[in-house]
Amino acid sequence: MLAKITSAKNTQRAAMAFVWASGAITILFLLTIIIYIFIKGVPGLGWDFLTTPPAGGINAGGGISTIIVSTIYLIALTMGILVVPGIGAGIYLAEYAPDNRLTRFIRYGIDTLAGIPSIVFGMFGLALLVTALNFNFSILSGALTLVCLLLPTMIRTTEEAIKAVPRGHREGSLALGATKWQTIRHVVLPTAFPGVITGIILCIGRALGETACLYLTIGNYTGMPTSLMDPGRPLSLHIYYLIMDSNAPQKAMATAVVLIVTIFVINAVTNWLSYRFQAKMKGKPS
Amino acid sequence: MSRYFIDKASKNLVFLCAFASIIIFLTIIVFIFKEGLPAFERVGFFSFLFGTEWRPSLGQYGILPMIVGSLYVTFGALLIAVPLGIGCAVLLAEVAPFKVRTILRPAVELLVGIPSVIYGLVGLLLVVPLIREIGGTGFSIAAASIVLAAMILPTIISISEDAIRAVPRGYKEGSLAIGATHWQTIWHVLLPAARSGIAAGIILGMGRAIGETMAMIMVIGNSVQMPVSPLDSARTLTGNIAVEATYAPPDHMSALFATGVVLLFLIMFLNSIALVALKRGGRLRHAR
Repeated sequence: MLAKITSAKNTQRAAMAFVWASGAITILFLLTIIIYIFIKGVPGLGWDFLTTPPAGGINAGGGISTIIVSTIYLIALTMGILVVPGIGAGIYLAEYAPDNRLTRFIRYGIDTLAGIPSIVFGMFGLALLVTALNFNFSILSGALTLVCLLLPTMIRTTEEAIKAVPRGHREGSLALGATKWQTIRHVVLPTAFPGVITGIILCIGRALGETACLYLTIGNYTGMPTSLMDPGRPLSLHIYYLIMDSNAPQKAMATAVVLIVTIFVINAVTNWLSYRFQAKMKGKPS
Repeated sequence: MSRYFIDKASKNLVFLCAFASIIIFLTIIVFIFKEGLPAFERVGFFSFLFGTEWRPSLGQYGILPMIVGSLYVTFGALLIAVPLGIGCAVLLAEVAPFKVRTILRPAVELLVGIPSVIYGLVGLLLVVPLIREIGGTGFSIAAASIVLAAMILPTIISISEDAIRAVPRGYKEGSLAIGATHWQTIWHVLLPAARSGIAAGIILGMGRAIGETMAMIMVIGNSVQMPVSPLDSARTLTGNIAVEATYAPPDHMSALFATGVVLLFLIMFLNSIALVALKRGGRLRHAR
């Protein structure tokens, strides 16, 4: 009897039930989060919500206009600082880096940097940028902290994009007498461009979602930032303050809808771009 | 300027960029250690790690409750996320028809994209009241574990799926050819062959869990105590830094940096294990 119950067929049936159930639960997690946020958040949305500044207070009236501006400043400054060293280091690792101890150390550093938790970056930013260098709680401090956090992602995506360029492209260019840099500048980079853009957009998406490292560096200011030395409050942090300091779940939910939709759109664009890039790289004979 | 000069200059320039990243890495590590050292010296290494009293106003700094809190939540999350994650990975790699995969995989990717503060928000408004029904205030290890499980699930799923897919086809065909059922093949052949990759996924998920901050401080209650029951409130290492860093005076701040040092060691340790596991998995792939 027992043998029959635990027969291979029944075990398989039970196991498959479990496997399907875990898939269903994963979807359930996602749907719960998204549906809950949208049901609670969408009623609070509207043109007014997006264009009026937050009024503060325990009910946190008003909208998120200054928060959006703050977010845009932060992201623009972060990306402005991040792009050059990120892409530069990506080029070096993909095209130049010899297989020696220094290269391995650089790779090890980048890998480890990628694993450091956001809050540790925040603490570093707080002690070095905010306090020691006197940048105070400002958009600049927040952006510089984000740059440190995002650098590994930017470097890796650039490196991958450049490595995906077929060898034949380089050899063709070198054979025509171009220098290595001319080859990179006029052949490799233009081909890898969509991949690099994908990396940049990916970083923007991650920067939008970051909270912990900004919590300790960007300050807490709901007014309109007029300079990069002003403190600010990006969307993600605004959600935190709305629910933890002001007890305004409706406003928090509405802000969360704005943030989630922005991030999903950015992710969709990233996926589409990287799909096209990969298809293009595979399609060309090398 | 000759093009050979530009060639050389450009090479040096991109090298500088790569070198800058290593400088940033070293600055962060050295800085955290330098700032944390005074606390280790004053309190003593072991009484800092194993002290159970955290009372900054009295100069008592013991982070054992936070270490226990972090590990407790992490294992709670793994308890939920590991079976679900591996189940889901098997579904994606072996069982599901194409149509299901085209729904499930983007769903997993969307889960990755949701920011931690939103997990915290939903946890605070949905999970915490649910736990309150069972007992306590609801701000608890249990609530934090559930939220964290949802956050690390995608990591475990995608890395495990890759690992299962990387098992050479011959393994599966051989097993099926000698009469094993599909499940027997998965359980006795595919999963054991993919185990180092799966282990890497779990460890990376663990690293993510230990480093998570905002979602944790929103649902775990943050009270400094040795948690016993899953319904107890607790504080994590990350939460300890986040909650107190904005107002801490120098001595206190140094203790927070020392907390960061402990956190860094924990995560670097976990990551290097994951790296070794992934490398081993890679060897299998190339042995094909």
